[in-house]
Amino acid sequence: MSLLQHLNKDFESRVRLGIMSVLVVNTWVDFLEMKEHLQVTDGNLASHINALEQKKYIEVKKEFVGKKTKTSYKATKAGKVTFEKHINALEKLLRG
Amino acid sequence: MIQDVKDDLQHIRKMMEQSSRFISLSGLSGVVAGIIALAGAFAAWYIFKQHHIDYFDNYRCGSTPGLVSQLVLLAILVLVAAIGLGVLITVNKTKKQGLKVWTSTTKKLLIALFVPLVLGGLFCLAALYHGHFEIIAPLMLLVYGLALINAGKYTFSDIQNLGYCEALLGIIAMFWPGYGLVFWAAGFGVLHIIYGLLMYKKYR
Repeated sequence: MSLLQHLNKDFESRVRLGIMSVLVVNTWVDFLEMKEHLQVTDGNLASHINALEQKKYIEVKKEFVGKKTKTSYKATKAGKVTFEKHINALEKLLRG
Repeated sequence: MIQDVKDDLQHIRKMMEQSSRFISLSGLSGVVAGIIALAGAFAAWYIFKQHHIDYFDNYRCGSTPGLVSQLVLLAILVLVAAIGLGVLITVNKTKKQGLKVWTSTTKKLLIALFVPLVLGGLFCLAALYHGHFEIIAPLMLLVYGLALINAGKYTFSDIQNLGYCEALLGIIAMFWPGYGLVFWAAGFGVLHIIYGLLMYKKYR
């Protein structure tokens, strides 16, 4: 199954797919907004974000808003390219 | 396996759309705005008549001060009623879908819509101030159309098409001075109702 080689293991989870989908169409989305879109728990979202960050697919920015920290995310160029390849592979699979 | 792939792709599309476009705009609010606009146009025609002006006969024969202030008051009333009811219906629909109303996408949509609208509105006021009554209706249609084209990238793309129609109608109206009220009723009334119904059927 050579087709399956193009499917990226990093994007196997629904949550990670969701995170990347939101980040390819928006720049700098903060944690709360992301949670709102994906409807997942804090811990779940945080662990998937960490994994994507370690792969350097997303960039993280922390800033102070008043006394609270706000963490925002952006897809890196590498992340966008890899995600696009993944979508193309999915579409190819579907077309058979 | 294939079903999983389908679900994945659907999930990707949904996340992309939901996070970048305001998808709760209700077609019904367009229909309501259109009906209010038609009623407003009819009221304007009636006000002209009260001032003994047959709108279609001698539109450019000048005006009395009372006429202009009555028409401006009517315009404000129509605007407030149409926007107010539109917002109410859309907020209701958003809540029914279980989505949040006030998101960064909503903000972007409103800025994209209202910046051209306010600037164009001020331009219209200047035209009114100098008595260029015949260009007000075409100008309003053009400005509204351009604002919709601008805002369309943050909501259903149908809104962009509506914008092109409104702007085009404004340009045609400018070539046909003296029929501003008719074009205004067609653009803000009829087009809104048609588009509202189309969108209501499409995105229920």
